[in-house]
Amino acid sequence: MNTTVALELKNISKRFGDKYANKNVDLTLNKGEILAILGENGSGKTSMVNMIAGIYYPDEGEIFVDGKPVVITSPKDAFKYKIGMIHQHFKLVDVFSASENIVLGIKEKGRFKMAQVDRKVAEITQRYGFQLDPKKKIHEMSVSEKQTVEIVKVLYRGADILILDEPTAVLTPQEIEKLFDILRRMRDDGKSIIIITHKMNEVLSLSDRVAVMRRGEHIATVETAQTNENELTEMMMGEKVELNIERTEPKNVKDRLVVENICSKNSDGITVLDNISFTARAGEILGVAGIAGSGQRELLEAIAGLYHIDDGKIVYHNPENDEEENLRDKTPLQISQLGVRLSFVPEDRLGMGLVGNMDIVDNVMLRSYKRGKSMFLDRKNPHDLAMELIEELHILTPDEHTPVRRLSGGNIQKVLVGREISAAPSVFMAAYPVRGLDVNASYSIYNLLNRQKELGVAVIFVGEDLDVLLELCDRIMVIASGQVTGIVDARSATKEEIGLLMTAHNTQGGSSNE
Amino acid sequence: MAVITFLVSAIKFGMVLLFGSTGETITEKSGHLNLGLPGVMCVGTACGCIAEAMFFDMVGGRRGMEQLSFLAVLIPILATLAGGAIMGLIFSFFTVTLHANQNVTGLAMTTLGVGISDFMIASVDGYKFTAGAKFFNAHLPFADSMGQFGKLFFSYGIMVYLSIAVAIVTSFVLNKTKVGLHLRAVGENPATADAAGISVTKYRYLSTCIGCAVAGLGGLMFVMDYLNGNWEYVIDAIGWLCVALVIFTTWKPVFGIFCSIVFGAFYVTAEYVPGISLAGKEIFKMLPYLITIVVLVITSIKNKKENQPPASLGLPYFREER
Repeated sequence: MNTTVALELKNISKRFGDKYANKNVDLTLNKGEILAILGENGSGKTSMVNMIAGIYYPDEGEIFVDGKPVVITSPKDAFKYKIGMIHQHFKLVDVFSASENIVLGIKEKGRFKMAQVDRKVAEITQRYGFQLDPKKKIHEMSVSEKQTVEIVKVLYRGADILILDEPTAVLTPQEIEKLFDILRRMRDDGKSIIIITHKMNEVLSLSDRVAVMRRGEHIATVETAQTNENELTEMMMGEKVELNIERTEPKNVKDRLVVENICSKNSDGITVLDNISFTARAGEILGVAGIAGSGQRELLEAIAGLYHIDDGKIVYHNPENDEEENLRDKTPLQISQLGVRLSFVPEDRLGMGLVGNMDIVDNVMLRSYKRGKSMFLDRKNPHDLAMELIEELHILTPDEHTPVRRLSGGNIQKVLVGREISAAPSVFMAAYPVRGLDVNASYSIYNLLNRQKELGVAVIFVGEDLDVLLELCDRIMVIASGQVTGIVDARSATKEEIGLLMTAHNTQGGSSNE
Repeated sequence: MAVITFLVSAIKFGMVLLFGSTGETITEKSGHLNLGLPGVMCVGTACGCIAEAMFFDMVGGRRGMEQLSFLAVLIPILATLAGGAIMGLIFSFFTVTLHANQNVTGLAMTTLGVGISDFMIASVDGYKFTAGAKFFNAHLPFADSMGQFGKLFFSYGIMVYLSIAVAIVTSFVLNKTKVGLHLRAVGENPATADAAGISVTKYRYLSTCIGCAVAGLGGLMFVMDYLNGNWEYVIDAIGWLCVALVIFTTWKPVFGIFCSIVFGAFYVTAEYVPGISLAGKEIFKMLPYLITIVVLVITSIKNKKENQPPASLGLPYFREER
C-alpha cells in the first residue's frame, strides 16, 4: 500500500449509449499535489471527474481512496471519502448568505447556531487566505466570490481531495492569480487537487503533474517541470484523421460580412467578445474553432442581432445593390427588413431554433408567417416546403405533422438547417450543427454546407472537431477567451497549430506584462 | 367608541386572513404555488364544522358541550387541520409525484374543495355546530373590566391569539432553524438543495400539508368566531384574499400580522361608513386587491431580492435522469 497516493483510478470505463466517454482510464493522484487534466472538448475529462465526485457511476473499473477500493454512487458518498467537487455552474441559493449556503444540507446534532457557522467559515477563509464575508448574500457577490463560497463549502465538509472543473473560465486574470495562490497554499497544507483547464499557461504555472486525455482515453501523465507546451499540445491533439469530406475550390470570392473590433460584456460584466475582427466571404466556408464557451455563441448571436455589443461594427455587403449596412444594434426583424438574408442555425436546436411541440409545417412557417396579407395563416406554402424538405433531405418522420421533438437529433437538425437554407441566405451561420449526430447525418449536413458555399453564400461554421474543420472549411478562425488568436488557411494548417492557438491565452488584453 | 369597535372588527377579520396567508406562505416557501387554497380552506372549515356537529351529538347537545367546552374548541381545530392536510396531500401527490402542473392542479383543487365542502355542510344540521360558536367567542374574563384597552387587546376568542402565535412560530422556524433553511433552499433552488442532500420531495410534501392545515383554520375561525357559527358560502372568496395577502406580506409571516389587519380594515370599513350604498361597499372590498397590485408593482420595481417570491415558485422539480 502506497501512502503517498490519495486517489487511484484503475481501468475505469464509462459508456453513454454505445459511445465511450471514458475507456480504460488509469489515473493516480498523490497527496499534496496539484494534478492538471488537459484535453480537448469531449475528451472525457469532465465525465471522468464526475465519476470521482459521484455524479456518474463507472461501468467498469475500480476507484481507490487511500489504497482502499471504494464505491461512490452519489456526491454524498464522495464527501464520505473526503472528495469534494467545485462545478463550473455554481450550486448556490441566491438569497442566502455565504454561511447559509455552506451549511446547507449538513446534518449535525445539536442546536443550529448561525454564529457558530460564521466562525468556522471565517476560520477556513483565514487559514487559506480567502477573502469572504460569511454574511454577504450570494446575489451581491461577484463570480469570483461565488466560486470562493463553493470552495469553502467543500472545505467545510472536510474534503481532502478537491476537484475543480474549469475554475478559471469565469475569472479575471487577477482573480485567477489569487485563486492559484490559494490552491498552492492548500496543496502545501496536504490537500490533493485536481484541476481541469484548457489554458496551457495555467497548466504550466500551477500544476505539479499533467494528465492528458484524448477521445476518452488517458494518454499520459507527465511531470509539469519536464514537459513543454508543444509536447502537451501534440499529446492532446493526436494524429490527424482522414475524413474524406469533399471540398471544392472557392469561386467568385467576395467580402460579404466584415466584422470590425466588436467587444461585448455579459451580464456579469465579464468580457466575452474582445476586439473581434474578421471577414466572412461569399463562396467560402469560414470555420470557427475554439474551446467551448470562448465566445462562439455570443459572436454568432451578435451578428444575428440577438446579443448586444458594446463596441465595433458589423458591416454587411449587400450583393444585390452593393450597398453596405451596419447591422450593429439592430433587431433580427430590422436586419431582415434591410434585405439582409441571414440564416442562423443556433447551438440550441429545440430551444432557439425550433419549437419542439409543433410539427414540421408549423416550424417551417415560423420563418415565413409574416408573409401575405390575409388575416388567416397560410399553411399551403409552408406545407409544400415541408414536404420538399422531407423528400430532399431524407428526413425520417412518420409524416409532416409529427411534433419535431419526437424526431431523432439528426432529423431535427435537418429540419432546422433545411428551413434556414430554404430562405435563400446570403450569410449562413451554423453553430455545432453536427453535435450529437451520427456519422451519416453529419455528412449530409457537411454536404448541405458545401452546397451553400457553391451557391455563393458566406458560410460561418462553428465546430468542435478539428479534423472536420480542417477538411471542410476554407479558412479557420481560432478564438480563445473571446479573442481571435489567429485566422489560418485550412488547407495548410495542422491540428497542432490550431490547438496551440486554442489554448493560447493572452493573459490580459491591453495591460499585458510582456 | 366607534374606532375601537372598527379596529376590533378589522383585527378579527384580519386574523382570519392571517391563518390563510401564513399557511400559504409555508407552502410557497417550498416552491409550491397552491392556488387550491380557497378549496383547501373550504374543506378544512367543513371538516371542523362537521366534527363539531358530531361532538354535539356525542355529548348530548348544548349541555354536554358546556361541560367539555375545551374539547368543543379543540376537536374542530384538529378536524380542520386534518382536512386541510389531506387536501395538501392530494395537491402534493399530483404536483410532486405525478408531475402535474401546479396552477392547473391548484385551480382544480379550488373547484373540488368548494364542491366537497358545500356537500358536506348540506349534510349536517347547522344548529349543531352553531352551538359551538360561543366557545370560540369566549374571551378572557378580565377584558370587560379594562375598558377600551381591554376591548382592543383582550376581547377576542382563542383563534385570534392562535393565529398570531402561528405566524410568529412560522417566522422563527423559517428564519432561525435548519429545517427552515432547508425549506427555503428547496423553494429557491431545488437542484442545489437536492445536491446538498436535502429531500425536495419530502420538504414539498410536508410544507404543503402543514401549510394547508394551517390555512384551514382561517375558514374555521371565520365561521365559528367571526360569523358566530353561521356558515356562509364566501370562504373561497376569503381564500383568494389570502393568496393576495401573501404577496402583500412579501412572504414574511410576522409582517403579515400587520398586513392582515390592513386587509381586514379595508374589508370591514364599509360596515362603518354611514349611508353607504351596496355598490359602495363592494368598492371598499375591492381595495385589498388593489393594494396587492400596488405592492406587487412596487416590489418589482425596487427588485430587492429579499422581497421577491421564492425563486422557483410554481416550478416543478424533477431530478435529471442519469
